[in-house]
Amino acid sequence: MNTIMTEEPEIREESELAVEPLLRVETPVVEIKGLCKSFANRAVLKGVNLTVDKGENVVVLGKSGSGKSVLIKCVVGLMDPDQGEIQVFGNDISTLGYKKLNEIRMRVGFLFQSAALYDSMTVRENLYFPLKQHDRRLSPEDAEKSIEEILENVGLSEAIDKMPSELSGGMSKRIGLARTMILKPDIMLYDEPTTGLDTVTAREISELIVCMQKKNKISSIIITHDLACAKITADRIVMLKDGVIGAEGTYKELSDSDDAWVKSFFR
Amino acid sequence: MDDLTTLNQPREERVSPVKKFFTGIGDSIFFSARFFKEVWLPPYQVREFIRQCYEMGYRSVPLVGITGFIIGLVLTIQSRPSLVQFGAESLLPGMISNSLIKEIGPVITALICAGKIGSAIGAELGSMKVTEQIEAMEVTAINPYKYLVVTRVLATTLMVPLLIIFTDTIGLLGSYAAMNIHSDIGLTRFFSVALIHLDFSDIFPAFIKTFFFGFVIGMIGCYKGWNATGGTESVGKAANSAVVTASLAVFILDMIAVQITDLL
Repeated sequence: MNTIMTEEPEIREESELAVEPLLRVETPVVEIKGLCKSFANRAVLKGVNLTVDKGENVVVLGKSGSGKSVLIKCVVGLMDPDQGEIQVFGNDISTLGYKKLNEIRMRVGFLFQSAALYDSMTVRENLYFPLKQHDRRLSPEDAEKSIEEILENVGLSEAIDKMPSELSGGMSKRIGLARTMILKPDIMLYDEPTTGLDTVTAREISELIVCMQKKNKISSIIITHDLACAKITADRIVMLKDGVIGAEGTYKELSDSDDAWVKSFFR
Repeated sequence: MDDLTTLNQPREERVSPVKKFFTGIGDSIFFSARFFKEVWLPPYQVREFIRQCYEMGYRSVPLVGITGFIIGLVLTIQSRPSLVQFGAESLLPGMISNSLIKEIGPVITALICAGKIGSAIGAELGSMKVTEQIEAMEVTAINPYKYLVVTRVLATTLMVPLLIIFTDTIGLLGSYAAMNIHSDIGLTRFFSVALIHLDFSDIFPAFIKTFFFGFVIGMIGCYKGWNATGGTESVGKAANSAVVTASLAVFILDMIAVQITDLL
């Protein structure tokens, strides 16, 4: 799995490499080996192995409480695994210091289930905030240009001066996606991107995920139990069962499976 | 988040109250200690600090001003008859300034700030925590502690002493107004009599303790909000707990300050 990429690694800004340079192994972009995580002596993940290649969309399916969200939170360092190894761009997340972890986080986008927009800020400020925090010398004109461009990409240019409380669920998700994409990540992690949305909006969000992925050539891990979303977005689906990967394949392979447990999801 | 919340609940239920109490103390010490490390490290969130100073300081001015005026007024009206009985009415401005500047002004203003600012910080951070906004900062490589906690604690540490100075001044004006109900005394005369009974050793300790009041109000508000878990109910709990704990902390700090001043 640890094959060295054949293509040229992406050249990053010098400021991002202020600390000791990180390894630039790009394929696979995420590699999880034997990931275990427990809460109050209840094992949620019991040795998950998962690989995500460059440009690949991997959907993680599983029942509520099966540890799907925990899995991606471990990937981005919001939770520490009890056991196992998580390699992101060839760097073991659990051994990285805060500065190096933040370097990785700069390249990983995370769309929360609730979109997690900063509710004291307007849409413009929500988008401006991460930009300005990472580039203090960024001119207001350049920032405005980036904000307008990303809002156009998610189809919400008119919402620029709205407060998060004025947005619908679907709009919040789009703005959440825009806020993440404005930092131009190499990997996107989606935590149930279509939960709580109507069928039409859920489909629009799923299509937007694919559109953004193709446009920016990013890899994605999508946590969902929405089969319609999985069908639209997935290059590959992995299914969590009892804390391990219970099944893996394309949407078609899994939907045609004879396994009773897999069938129960695709009924 | 739902997964995590659900999974975390049984663990919390099993923890004994004694263990929870000591864990809480340990956590709060680490949380506060982190402030002294983070406050020196760049990037400095100057804009957010100024915004917080405006929100906490400027927007509290009317409340503490009215309170200070009423305290000065009531204190003077209630103290006057006793002093008149002993023919010591002329000592009234000095007595009011002593009690107001040394004790009542700082403690009452700190309690108001614990209620207004402490609860606002607890509720805001608690709300941000349960809606994953703090995690959203974390995953975009922004240090949420520095942006949210350091700025707020610095703002309260600076603003609460200024508000207390303001309250004391307005309180003396209230006292002057009350004095003029029964007697005729000029403003300059009133202030010169009031302040002549105060020396540096009275004002300095009273002023120093106000920084500690500001620090604990900010820190407790942030700690309670930062550690809110679960749903919206915990936001209310965080705000309530911030007010109660900060108010208690103000009294405890005041007691310690008085003891230290007494020893010196």
